[in-house]
Amino acid sequence: MTGRETILDVRGLRVRFRTLDGTVEAVKGIDIHVGAGETVAVVGESGSGKSQTMMAAMRLLASNGEASGTVDYRGRNLLELGKSDLNKVRGSKISMIFQEPMTSLDPLYTIGNQLIEPIRRHRGLGAAEARKEALKLLRLVRIPDPERRMKSYPYEMSGGQRQRVMIAMALANDPDILIADEPTTALDVTIQGEILTLLAELQQKLGMAIVFITHDLGIVRRFADRVYVMRSGEVVEEGETEALFSAPQHDYTKMLLAAEPTGSKDPPPPNAPVLLEGRNVEVTFRIGGGFLAGEPMLLRAVDRISVRLKRRQTIGIVGESGSGKSTLGRALLRLLPSDGVIRFDDKDISHADRQAMRPLRRELQLVFQDPFGSLSPRMTVGQVVTEGLLVHEPELSGRQRDQRAVEALREVGIDPNARNRYPHEFSGGQRQRIAIARAMILKPKVVVLDEPTSALDRSVQKQIVDLLRQLQAEHDLSYLFISHDLSVVRAMADYIIVMRQGKIVEEGPTEAIFDHPQDTYTQTLMAAAIDSTRFRASA
Amino acid sequence: MLLYVFRRLLTAIPTLFVIVTLAFFLIRVAPGGPFNQERGLSPEIKANLEAQFGLNDPLWVQYLHYLKNLAHGDFGPSYNLPDFTVGELFAKGLPISVQLGASALVLALLLGSLLGTVAALNQNKAGDYSVIALATAGSTIPTFVIAPIIQLVFGLTWRLLPIGGWGDGAFVNKIGPVLTLALPQIAIVARLMRGSMIESLHSHHIRTARALGLSDWSVVVKHALRGAVLPIVSFTGPAAAALLTGSIIVETIFAIPGVGRYFVDAALNRDYTLVMGTVVVIAIFTIVFNLIVDIMYAVVDPRVRYD
Repeated sequence: MTGRETILDVRGLRVRFRTLDGTVEAVKGIDIHVGAGETVAVVGESGSGKSQTMMAAMRLLASNGEASGTVDYRGRNLLELGKSDLNKVRGSKISMIFQEPMTSLDPLYTIGNQLIEPIRRHRGLGAAEARKEALKLLRLVRIPDPERRMKSYPYEMSGGQRQRVMIAMALANDPDILIADEPTTALDVTIQGEILTLLAELQQKLGMAIVFITHDLGIVRRFADRVYVMRSGEVVEEGETEALFSAPQHDYTKMLLAAEPTGSKDPPPPNAPVLLEGRNVEVTFRIGGGFLAGEPMLLRAVDRISVRLKRRQTIGIVGESGSGKSTLGRALLRLLPSDGVIRFDDKDISHADRQAMRPLRRELQLVFQDPFGSLSPRMTVGQVVTEGLLVHEPELSGRQRDQRAVEALREVGIDPNARNRYPHEFSGGQRQRIAIARAMILKPKVVVLDEPTSALDRSVQKQIVDLLRQLQAEHDLSYLFISHDLSVVRAMADYIIVMRQGKIVEEGPTEAIFDHPQDTYTQTLMAAAIDSTRFRASA
Repeated sequence: MLLYVFRRLLTAIPTLFVIVTLAFFLIRVAPGGPFNQERGLSPEIKANLEAQFGLNDPLWVQYLHYLKNLAHGDFGPSYNLPDFTVGELFAKGLPISVQLGASALVLALLLGSLLGTVAALNQNKAGDYSVIALATAGSTIPTFVIAPIIQLVFGLTWRLLPIGGWGDGAFVNKIGPVLTLALPQIAIVARLMRGSMIESLHSHHIRTARALGLSDWSVVVKHALRGAVLPIVSFTGPAAAALLTGSIIVETIFAIPGVGRYFVDAALNRDYTLVMGTVVVIAIFTIVFNLIVDIMYAVVDPRVRYD
């Protein structure tokens, strides 16, 4: 990056948070610099301090946080700027987009209103001129029908469109630097690609520098000129993107680069018995309706889908959000009312009521995506894991249950001595292990895994994938693996179903789907996930 | 939206019907009658009175009779205040109670929201703690303690306010009762507001607003406050219904001729028609204010749509 004028120079930045457990240092004296027009990526896993670094620079830390060091923007230390001077820089010279497109816009105001506000504030334009500017910006980020969209509320737009609006707001005043904090993490893969392409194009057009905060090395490789790798509040390695990827120096960087889940699963023997079968499964939701409100709207979330899950098989169900993949998983476990035939272990369970399903529940388990919300915060880990035993093996004594908890936790790699602790004392990956232990303790035959790795860091994902594969081999399990993450699915599943809008668009053995996708939608999906061409030409 | 309002009002009719029916039979189940407790009422006179008011008819005849009159807006005569019909009593007393209640409500909403916002902006600092302390005091000291204190301090010692009476609605006469009514509500609103404002200030879109360099005023008032008032709006419905239909404690202590005392007096005296009248009025207020709350919700939050 020689020859570029440094416009943002972070030196000796420390960020501390005062918490009930004392002071926690999230960022431990780091140096980062950004040149004009340059794209810098800050990578690291959750808790590495990468977001807090930029939050501190923008003075957006939570009220219990404080920053020291210097953040020099064109000769001025942002950390010491007065409030009104600071607000002249924020949103104007340096702007920011965030990870959460669903919640980062004010739900109570129209898009137009929210776009116009920063334009008027920073440029002092009149209402009519600001409106024109806002329209221009919506066109710039390629929102269709911008006139109408000005009057829309955020809830009326998709995640991808909201992120486009966020970008429009951030670019409203022609910034020097755009800080993008995981801007695509919450979006579907195909939308991710669109947003990144848009950002790259806008950068070429407008020439701002971009600081890209992400955990996704694929994005870094395709996007950034230079990379900082952060771990536990420190920069462990920095360098030009190509150099860093081809010859990583630090062990942590090497580990990150190797963290992509690998391997593949062999299909079950052809004579393996079919355990769980769905024929023409259909789930319909009724929306609205009621007294004087007219006919309800019918939404077909799962549209006549047939699935045959054999013993020791893993079927990967992929699709974007709203495709009906989770609904299908739940319907097959009879957790949702559905039409069609569902058979488990050669018994028709399509019409089994709660009473009849109860003894089968232990053999049909479910693991959820969110390791934070799915464990009761008021129960110890031991209680969480053994709760199912109370229902399914009530004859066990307290001591026997405890013994089972110890075994189950050991099996998923959690220290059994920690069983009297509460879920909040564990990390995301550990919690997901606990959730898996809760399912495994019942010795199930079929486990539906609903995005079990999506909320986890890459290196942790890999561990969970390994764990799941190991458990499958040891206990002859069958998995229904629901995910939008194709690289994880590829490592887990031997058969893949691609879903879109409640229907199967393509299905087949994993390798066939990955190597020769037939359907155009599958092809787009694969391209978005695996393509490694750069979004922008190297500057 | 109009269709929604219409639908809601239509569904209110069966609700009201159930309330009226329950209240009608419940009060009749209570032992005694409107003319039992009068001293020295000879059996003949009592029988006469009961015949006059149709109290000897079978209960279901009385019930149908009452429903018919109610449908015509006739609440019937009061048994214990024989010079007045229930309708007349409400026509005189309700405007007074509504005036006091509405003033107290407005005061509580304004002052409570302001205090709550100040507390939220100074979370865990001196300003916050003092508001919380005030709010705790406000909600723990009962009105029958606050009212006499106001009378003693402002009425007797400093002679700034009249001790009681309505004074034909003179402003000074309203201060004491309105303050007494408002104080606990201020406390509740302040606590609610503090909680929802803190949550609102921590939301992602507030972070966006700050990152865009918007002024503190815009961040707090335009973006945080609007989202934070939603819990206050929900609270206001039942609170308004309760405040506007009068408070027996406040009206008794300050000698205000409102309707608040009717409910208790009428129930004790088995004044069937007055009890029923009070029940119907409170029910209508509650239904209407809950409807207003739901409409306000849609006004504040565009995601809420009724159609």
